[in-house]
Amino acid sequence: MTVVIPPASHVIDMLNLSHFRMIVISALWSGLWAGLLLTVIQSVQVIPTLLQAEVYEEQATAISVHTHSGSTDAQTHQHEVEAWQPQNGWERTAYTAAANISLAVGFALLLGAACNLRGGISHWRNGLLWGLGGYTIFFVAPSLGLPPEVPGTETANLKDRQLWWLMAVVDTAAGLWLLFFSKTKLNKLLGLVVLVSPHWIGAPQPEAYHSAAPAQLAHTFIMATALANAVFWLVLGSLMGWFSSKHQVIKK
Amino acid sequence: MSSAHLLIDNVDAQSRSNALKDRIVPSLFASILGLVLLYGAGFSETAQLHNAAHDGRHSASFPCH
Repeated sequence: MTVVIPPASHVIDMLNLSHFRMIVISALWSGLWAGLLLTVIQSVQVIPTLLQAEVYEEQATAISVHTHSGSTDAQTHQHEVEAWQPQNGWERTAYTAAANISLAVGFALLLGAACNLRGGISHWRNGLLWGLGGYTIFFVAPSLGLPPEVPGTETANLKDRQLWWLMAVVDTAAGLWLLFFSKTKLNKLLGLVVLVSPHWIGAPQPEAYHSAAPAQLAHTFIMATALANAVFWLVLGSLMGWFSSKHQVIKK
Repeated sequence: MSSAHLLIDNVDAQSRSNALKDRIVPSLFASILGLVLLYGAGFSETAQLHNAAHDGRHSASFPCH
């Protein structure tokens, strides 16, 4: 079989707009509602735990400034040029909600794209399964190597962690796809290998573990985010299923 | 080539073109949009974007700081 790759100018002509529009509209609505719901769920335990950890972080920073009084000038100067950040309270919550909605719409677009490759979702119950897949890919797999952290935790280099996170996400997505959708045993086995490979390689870890906040707080944060993200993904998936079934493309 | 072969070839080309048009290209465009949003909210190191999305990133287990 020969695969014909069309020239770039023809790609736009090749786009079935009604399918594209259906993915985008479903993703916008699903992302909006799931993002808002996530903001409400976060306010129960995730955000209070994070704010508590920030108090420990600030205390630790204050002690280090005090003990290194010689460098106070540099610290003050650094404080002056510090970038804008939202004020605690409503402003901070509003920006978190905006970030949650952006992430949710982004996730929903990827979910919609994957479903469309398999012929679309026709029911919210199918959406639940896709949501479970999204939770495994974007939360469970990266968290196994890099657990959600409260501010003030010593970590490995940011770029290394971002790279490993990306590898965990891509490999888990590819691995699950092969496991569930490929037809031969060999490809399913390959899927399993791809699925575990990021964990076999291992996530970048700091040289020594240190956290300003007590371990109990870090533990609570992991549990709270695991629960909040599970609810978020199941709702996002089923909403995608529901909106897609409502905007189902009418076949000519 | 027999007419049956021609028919099979045509059906094959048609279904390939439909798969590209209905599935692959719309999914590709939607994924690009999704990745841009995820990069901005989850990965961008611009200080303002990082600070605005800080709590969302920590909660979603994105590497932060």
